[in-house]
Amino acid sequence: MSVAVLYAVTGLGLFSLGLYALIVRAHLLRKILALNIMGSGVFLVLTALARRAPDGPPDPVPHAMVITGIVVAVAATALALVLLRRVVETTGQPRLPDPDSE
Amino acid sequence: MTPRGAAPWLRFSVALLLVGMFAALAWVLLGLPPRSAGLQPQVAAQMAVSGVDHPVTAVLLNFRGYDTLLEMAVLLLACLGVWSLSPAVPPTDETPGAMLAALPRQLVPLMVLMAGYLLWRGATGPGGAFQAGAVLGAAGVLLLLTGWRLPVRWQGWRLRLLLIAGVGMFVLVALAVVPASGVLLGYPLPVAGTLILLIEALAGLSIGVTLMALFLGGEPGASR
Repeated sequence: MSVAVLYAVTGLGLFSLGLYALIVRAHLLRKILALNIMGSGVFLVLTALARRAPDGPPDPVPHAMVITGIVVAVAATALALVLLRRVVETTGQPRLPDPDSE
Repeated sequence: MTPRGAAPWLRFSVALLLVGMFAALAWVLLGLPPRSAGLQPQVAAQMAVSGVDHPVTAVLLNFRGYDTLLEMAVLLLACLGVWSLSPAVPPTDETPGAMLAALPRQLVPLMVLMAGYLLWRGATGPGGAFQAGAVLGAAGVLLLLTGWRLPVRWQGWRLRLLLIAGVGMFVLVALAVVPASGVLLGYPLPVAGTLILLIEALAGLSIGVTLMALFLGGEPGASR
């Protein structure tokens, strides 16, 4: 197993951990954090796989995708945080209403 | 349902499913060829007509220009979403201590200089509009955190102009090169480097201002 693949598997692990928290945790801030961890995992996979180039510089296309991805992730997180604040103001709770409990 | 989230049996089955997913995807990753150039040879072959010397910048601003153009639009959309949801968080009346007031005065000029350097550097090495925009955005957030307030006369059309400058210039250049090359974003080689620098300068500025505007948490100057 090469170093690049080790990094890629680590990224996959981050993605899986984030997905677990996204599904299981009810608190919306935890869900937003989970989405960010999933995104970081995907970025790590992309940059790690770009490093497999035999010699010379790594593949620039995944790098370009990660750069745009990071900015989009930051913007999406800001939007999610404002939505979270709105949910708290409206319902008084930092979680989505549960249809089973009503 | 417990306030902490899902029931234990549900958590266990989700964990089991995700371990399965991890194993399957890891198996795929381990099965990939250990050495693969990906698209690197194609990019290297076209570098001469890109107008810049750094492959990542060439991919971002030239070969996959559409991606970057739409990504700027996504950034603007996120800002519009934040503004439409709520007015800006009202500033507190707290005045920062002497240290905290002095720190940004030393740091922010350096950060602006750094952003300019990163922007210029993007043509030949790692750097470019996004890195410059991130540093500018960080400078803006630092200012907002240490008691600086967006002046009222900058909250109107001036701020909006800065927000749309990046995507606006990108669209203008994309259309302006159509008569010369026949396609959107097909920069003619003699001016490609200049056009890319022009787009990057305004895109970097817009990204920085947008990140700062997102940090305001809503539309500045609006009332509910």
